[in-house]
Amino acid sequence: MVNGLNLLFQFLDSFAFIVLAAAGLAIIFGIMGVINLAHGEFIMVGAYATTLANVRVGLPLPVAMLAGVAVSMVFGLLVERLIISGAVPNALSRRALGRDVIDPLYDRLADSMVATWGLSLIMIQGVRITFGNSLDQIGTPLGEIAYGGFSYSTYRVLLAGVAVGVLVLAYYVFTRTDYGMRARATIQNESTAKALGVDTERTYMTTFAFGSGLAGLTGALYAPTITMVPSLGGSFLVEAFVAVVVGGPSVVLGTALAGGLLGSINALFSNLVGTFFGRIALLVTAIVMLRFLPEGITGYVERLRERRREGA
Amino acid sequence: MAAETAGSPGSSGSPGATGLARLRRRFEGPNTVGNSRGFWIGFAVAVLALVAYPFAVGSYQASRFSLFLVYAFLGLSLSVVWGYAGVLSFGQVVFFGVAGYTFGVVSVNFATPLGITAAFLVGVVGGAVMAAILGYFMFYGGVRNVYVTIITLVSTLVLHTFMAQTAGDEWTIGTAALGGFNGMPTIPNLAFGVGGVALTFDSIGFYYLVLALLVATYLGLRALVNSDYGRVMVAVREDEDRTRMFGYHVERVKLAVFTLGGALAGLSGVLYASWGNYVSPQVFELAFASLPVIWVSVGGRKTLLGAVVATVGIEFFRNSLGGELAFIFVGALLLVFILGLPGGIVPWVHRTYLDLRGEGDVSRPDPAEGAEVTDS
Repeated sequence: MVNGLNLLFQFLDSFAFIVLAAAGLAIIFGIMGVINLAHGEFIMVGAYATTLANVRVGLPLPVAMLAGVAVSMVFGLLVERLIISGAVPNALSRRALGRDVIDPLYDRLADSMVATWGLSLIMIQGVRITFGNSLDQIGTPLGEIAYGGFSYSTYRVLLAGVAVGVLVLAYYVFTRTDYGMRARATIQNESTAKALGVDTERTYMTTFAFGSGLAGLTGALYAPTITMVPSLGGSFLVEAFVAVVVGGPSVVLGTALAGGLLGSINALFSNLVGTFFGRIALLVTAIVMLRFLPEGITGYVERLRERRREGA
Repeated sequence: MAAETAGSPGSSGSPGATGLARLRRRFEGPNTVGNSRGFWIGFAVAVLALVAYPFAVGSYQASRFSLFLVYAFLGLSLSVVWGYAGVLSFGQVVFFGVAGYTFGVVSVNFATPLGITAAFLVGVVGGAVMAAILGYFMFYGGVRNVYVTIITLVSTLVLHTFMAQTAGDEWTIGTAALGGFNGMPTIPNLAFGVGGVALTFDSIGFYYLVLALLVATYLGLRALVNSDYGRVMVAVREDEDRTRMFGYHVERVKLAVFTLGGALAGLSGVLYASWGNYVSPQVFELAFASLPVIWVSVGGRKTLLGAVVATVGIEFFRNSLGGELAFIFVGALLLVFILGLPGGIVPWVHRTYLDLRGEGDVSRPDPAEGAEVTDS
């Protein structure tokens, strides 16, 4: 019984971690076709901004978290304008040289990976130079749940609720708002969307800012529970990446299903064999899934549905 | 010496051509830059300069430089796999690391010259076998494009996680402990020989061995990519479906190239392990895994020369710069080149050079190459 409770908490914890880590990446990848390897560093920006606002400026934690989200959103906007779309450098070069110097990285998967990897190197080292090798940490709020001989951090379990909240928010934004409509039109067919009057460039810009904001939120939420080192994003990136790929093209449903599947595998193996094997099992599952369902869970579901429609 | 071994196998050109020109033709074609007499003179000068380098700077510097030459094999392996067959692999370090560990385990257990020679071969073969297994799993399973990249990336992470937890006693193979996060120290120097007759390579000897191997590998790969098989590789890169329609077995080509890439990365890993007498899970880290991609993107992935020049150049700068700014420098370099010059430095220099000499002078490097470089 106690072991079962332990397993449940561990599952909620991994589920929250995977979903929160993946949400921003999934949105940026799904809509813009940009694989953002600096995603972990966007999370780091959120975590650092929250910690600095709380510890150095003295804002209360919830306000500091909002500040963290805002900072990473603005940062994401800057990155989009400067690097991903190259709008700012191109505007400058058009004036100086009379031509564009940068092609936007939209839908150039390999190039966007390499470029954002370069960005992440700069960010990690830049933060290390500016703030040193580590930062004072915020204590984990809300205490612990104790049962039998075990205890689990209440805060980390509650994050599972927040993760579900984020999924609901994303679902709402993409299905019920004008922006969401435009974003989905842009995914389906960019040129048709453009012809119908959708400002696709602005959609991309908003999407990147939204994704960065979610990454910042993840950083802000985990800031009290992890060690503040410049390379903290690395531990998020792997899970995020794996979840996005396993989830497939449907952003919200895919992230939720991947979080559920990978979270339970991770929790099970961590519980039975040890943390190392939990992680290895998660990664191996991802490899096997990719091999057999290269379009992810939701891609497979979509194909099944199409086949049934054709059959009927 | 290396040049002859790589190029000699019975070239039967037209009877009028001299031997040298016939030899040259094997290494030239549309898939490589540098198809002129000037290039080969420059190449010979560069090789001679590298041969003279240890005399100019001493054995310590030469030994340091040999590490960059060792990395060049890793750069070349990705250039062949990504630049010529279109498979972007983040996992070249998997083969690098597996070969390094294999070499370590075998050579620690059999620390005689014969044992080390065997370890060298087993290590390289180990890298190739690992690549063949992973490649078979992916290519024959219909995994394509960016999913290949992601699987290779995840494989790197699996090995990193796995090797980092091998600290316990149960992870001792023979007398070689894998050592978990701290890695395997006390790997012997590279040596070739049987019984009493043996050549051990340390500092300067190792430098010359690596240099000779590198020149041979570079020329060998040039011959490969300019051969008929090389053309098939490029066809696979440009359009898989069309190549398949022409009757080529695309999966088999990709698997063969991937295996070759694994062997090259393995060679690099073996040399690396014997260079520092050390290998650790760090070789599977994301930071290290991305280095080959950086080298090859900056140098120009569709040129072998670019991979070598950029690898040695970037590592030399990174190492000399040292300290805190090194990674910022590398990151900025990567951003600037992938955004501003997606084809890489070497193709750009090559094109600029041809433009300067005037369009009329351009004989073989056809316009198609210029078009190819921009559409990446």
